[in-house]
Amino acid sequence: MARPKFGTIISRCVPLPIENIDTDQIIPARFLKSTTREGFGQNLFRDWRYDADGNLRPDFALNDPRYGGCILVAGKNFGCGSSREHAAWAIADYGFRVVISTFFADIHRNNELNSFVLPVVVSEVFLAELFDSIDADPAVEVRVDLPSQTVTNLTTGRSEKFEINSYKKQCLMEGLDDIEYLMAHREDIEQYENGNKL
Amino acid sequence: MKTLFDKIWDAHVVTHIDDGPDQLYIDRHYCHEVTSPQAFAGLRERGLKVFRPGRTYCSPDHNIPTHDQDKPIADPVSRKAVDTLRENAEANGLTHYGLGHPLNGIIHVIGPEQGLTLPGYTIVCGDSHTSTHGAVGAVAFGIGTSEVEMVLASQCILQPKPRTMRITVNGKLRPGVSAKDLALYIIARLGTDGATGYFVEYAGEAVRSLSMEGRMTLCNMSIEMGARGGMVGPDATTIEYIRGRANAPEGEAFEEAARRWLALATADGARFDREVEFDAADIGVRVTYGTNPGMGIDVGATIPEPKNESDAKVLEYMQFTPGTPIAGTKVDYVFLGSCTNGRIEDFREFARVVKGRRRHPDVTAWLVPGSRAVMQQIVDEGIDVELVRAGFELRQPGCSACLAMNDDKIPAGKLCVSTSNRNFEGRQGPGARTVLASPATAAAAAVTGVITNHLTI
Repeated sequence: MARPKFGTIISRCVPLPIENIDTDQIIPARFLKSTTREGFGQNLFRDWRYDADGNLRPDFALNDPRYGGCILVAGKNFGCGSSREHAAWAIADYGFRVVISTFFADIHRNNELNSFVLPVVVSEVFLAELFDSIDADPAVEVRVDLPSQTVTNLTTGRSEKFEINSYKKQCLMEGLDDIEYLMAHREDIEQYENGNKL
Repeated sequence: MKTLFDKIWDAHVVTHIDDGPDQLYIDRHYCHEVTSPQAFAGLRERGLKVFRPGRTYCSPDHNIPTHDQDKPIADPVSRKAVDTLRENAEANGLTHYGLGHPLNGIIHVIGPEQGLTLPGYTIVCGDSHTSTHGAVGAVAFGIGTSEVEMVLASQCILQPKPRTMRITVNGKLRPGVSAKDLALYIIARLGTDGATGYFVEYAGEAVRSLSMEGRMTLCNMSIEMGARGGMVGPDATTIEYIRGRANAPEGEAFEEAARRWLALATADGARFDREVEFDAADIGVRVTYGTNPGMGIDVGATIPEPKNESDAKVLEYMQFTPGTPIAGTKVDYVFLGSCTNGRIEDFREFARVVKGRRRHPDVTAWLVPGSRAVMQQIVDEGIDVELVRAGFELRQPGCSACLAMNDDKIPAGKLCVSTSNRNFEGRQGPGARTVLASPATAAAAAVTGVITNHLTI
């Protein structure tokens, strides 16, 4: 899987002002049968993007030519439900690098980070204003700066700091994953096993 | 003075990364065919083998058909997924309960059933309903595929420590109110994101009175309110459930383990980050009416008025009219099964309600045991004969219509009363309408053809 190194991203957005978007909507179960990580982007939001006959639904944001860019903006509790990492792979494979919401489900948030997609938690005020900005002008751009942990609505100038632990931040900036850390700690693991009481 | 959760978590921390996650040692790792192939592939690309093969157990469950399991799987993509799990298990020396194996079944049903799930353990699986195993007093939670690869490579994952929440349910549940009703009630009260970021311990008389199967149902649904996991402190019920199970310790070793397990209970005065209390007397027989598990009401209630545009869209999808009673709604399908309600107790309960009645001719019912062992027990207890006499057919075990990855799909627009865990749009098939309920409520729907309070038939 590609490991883009994160720095600063300036991009237009695709708005999904819907709350509780579950991972069954992001990628329905019937598309999880592949044994590789690639190609899930074509079925991202499958049943919202296409009707039962496979025709594009023109009113869905991903099919609306006014919207574009590599930032997905969604309502609160994004990614609830199933633990399927395929949801994060589909988001990455489609071309998104950042998801902005007020709130992410725990497992999905970890899956995004492990798939080199940056989940950015913003305040309700920031999110509401961003949806308004996009509504007024779909060309509005947002700047996401990982080194300084800031997200900025470039139309209104509203800027916020977002949280990410310094370990994961370093992983994203340098394109490293957790297995590299774990492999370097094999000795600690064996030592732990020797003393394990439970 | 530590909580049950803190005792187990803290005892499994191998290293801690400053301003980062804990490196957590994993005692038991379960694998199914959907979320593991990319992890095994990743391991191969890195030139690694499974670090501790004895700690991982595999069973295909999501893609498998629930009939003709002795024949090759017809869908080539599903067949490849199931074959890939077997190949990966064989190549790495992992225990694999393949299709047709006497121990095959839904991974969350067979873990406790085979005594692989034990108190005090850390347990993970690439599946959000791993929380089921918390019922024995384990820290059990769902992970993504990258994390599956971490466990295979190192028997550890990197994980930020969640906060803790205790949900206490005081008093006794009313007659006919089950663990499923309790779970649906709690989720409706807290909301689908009400416990996000927390690991939940369930406590109180109503929880203590539940059987192990009931506790599994309750813990299973924890993820539906966003919780990282759910657990119940080990007590006499736990010990008696585990005693004599295939992989559990035996003899004096068991007695010693039991003493250790009982000592894991949350200490008096231990602090939780959040405490919530409910009164069992307030809880009735529950059903959902919307497209997330938090949208639930008493079976005797009316469909609530939509609060916003998104609620209105949900009711449109579900074809429900605000202000009308949900009881009496025509039912097309009934699904009994899943890691939520596919255990022996659930089949006993379904059969009890059905007794003396027949399947309604307009209802298609899929009764899917959670495992081969559950299926065998159904036969041993003669429940299969009772059900067949009542016009039902028993299918073979698997996840089935809970998420419709196999052929068990509810057709578009049809309404299914389901004992599973999720009523998301299209979850049981594109356009399918799902009403979540207990096995007793599912049975009442199956014999009357409408949503019914099982206590009134």
